[in-house]
Amino acid sequence: MSAAEKTNAPHRRTEPPFVRWLLIGIALAFIALFLVVPLVSVFTEALRQGFGVYFQTLHDPLTLSAIQLTLIAAGISVPLNCIFGVTAAWAIAKFDFRGKNILLTLIDLPFSISPVISGLIYVLVFGAQGWFGSWFSDHNLKIIFAVPGIVLATIFVTFPFVARELIPLMQAQGRTEEEAARVLGASGWQTFWRVTIPNIKWGLLYGVILCNARAMGEFGAVSVVSGHIQGQTNTIPLHVQILYESDNFAGAFAVASLLTFLALVTLVLKTWVEYKNTALRGTAFTPVPIGKKAV
Amino acid sequence: MATRQLGAKKLRVLPGFKLTLGFTLFYLGLIVLIPLSAVFIKTSTLTWAQFSHTVFSPQALAAYRLSFGASFFAALVNAIFGLIVAWVLVRYNFLGKKLVDALVDLPFALPTAVAGITLATLYSPNGWIGGLLAPLGIKVAYTQLGVFVALTFIGLPFIVRTVQPVLEDFDPELEDAAASLGANRWQVFWRVIFPTLTPALLTGFALAFARALGEYGSVVFISSNIPMKTQIVPLLIMNELDGFQYAKATALAVVMLVISFLILLAVNVLQWWSNRYNTNNLA
Repeated sequence: MSAAEKTNAPHRRTEPPFVRWLLIGIALAFIALFLVVPLVSVFTEALRQGFGVYFQTLHDPLTLSAIQLTLIAAGISVPLNCIFGVTAAWAIAKFDFRGKNILLTLIDLPFSISPVISGLIYVLVFGAQGWFGSWFSDHNLKIIFAVPGIVLATIFVTFPFVARELIPLMQAQGRTEEEAARVLGASGWQTFWRVTIPNIKWGLLYGVILCNARAMGEFGAVSVVSGHIQGQTNTIPLHVQILYESDNFAGAFAVASLLTFLALVTLVLKTWVEYKNTALRGTAFTPVPIGKKAV
Repeated sequence: MATRQLGAKKLRVLPGFKLTLGFTLFYLGLIVLIPLSAVFIKTSTLTWAQFSHTVFSPQALAAYRLSFGASFFAALVNAIFGLIVAWVLVRYNFLGKKLVDALVDLPFALPTAVAGITLATLYSPNGWIGGLLAPLGIKVAYTQLGVFVALTFIGLPFIVRTVQPVLEDFDPELEDAAASLGANRWQVFWRVIFPTLTPALLTGFALAFARALGEYGSVVFISSNIPMKTQIVPLLIMNELDGFQYAKATALAVVMLVISFLILLAVNVLQWWSNRYNTNNLA
């Protein structure tokens, strides 16, 4: 609201001060109870037995192998879903075809499926009694209770993240700029790299940030397909669980603090992208919050 | 328009339609549709007796009751407080507003396992919050109340993030008009502002509810997973999987999937409703 507007409508548009302060107080109390207190307690619990134990846990070979596996899972799933996101957005935003709405709903589907079920479906396909289970075991390939299963489950749960940011953005931008580039003699690839990518870079970055956070933090789906073998099929969140259930609370929270740090970095980056884009205006992208349907 | 009808032949200025749509469908099929269809195909091999024995067992019924009940109340609490948070963030200025705005997304960004162990520790009888409630005779961790707390945590951003943009777009002139016609502030809110927020509020509620129904990581630690008492459906499915009872787990998964799809449909209808609302406002 601009200053001029404010003077035009002196006190109709707001509430009496005590109502205002009451509402702000309730909101802040709710946020403090549900978000700030848990956040602070992660770090307090992690350091309860001092920095020595904290760093010892983080240097433990089992922790390091969990970190390595999480990086592998995210390192494969994020680029793949990124390629998928760009391709799907290109097909959906730049062309007209039937069944677009169904396709959009299907792309968002993994979001409405319980993580436990997301893991279960891969057990049904690749597990020992699954569709392709015997073929894979004949060829000495292990998918379930092994690294490939973890990667597949991670791809599934992070499937829509990039696509759902890019589709509405590219739809809003339309086709005219790419068409102009083509008419002026650019090849398809040139058009894509020099026109489309610069236009969608913020949306792409935003999607990648969210996709990566979920990929590194996924627990339920990965838990189903991992055999929980320490040092082999344990990701960071699964390692947190193992430490916690063996009553090593300081250790569990030390490892959890890594993930919390990742969450905070994600929020900072996300806010930064949003801030950059409100400053840019115009063709800049409007983030699609996770809680919202994309299109 | 990328496609133009020139006679009978379609000319596209932009390349890559077949390639990109082909890859999209291939990847979607490979990662999502084929694995997902396995659940339904596996279930279809069960007889009705086997299926109903699993999905209507007393343990399953108790799990549905807790899952639906706790998810409903968690979404309800979030609807009330989420509306207040969204209102405060859009309408008022206060110190640390931007920080609060960014922090609202924490439950999305924080891995559920971390949320799970943190809430379990906080609300256990010797935890920071559990310790305060214990003298009052209120137990949270390892009870149904604990399940509710965890589900409230993970559903928190949904209402705020669906209501916030609608509130930002709300035309203040409507408020002025109502006020100049003699409505007091409460009437303006209740009769003018609230009705435009209703579709967004319901959408947020449905999304928070759906998310809570499927939630696993944040609940597993704070619930003690006692059958008939503190076991939600995803935990029950996990138990069946741990016992290699794949047929039972799959049957329960089908029930949950069908419910999720129905909620998804409801969200679509709600979104259509709220879009219609917006267009009406513009007209």
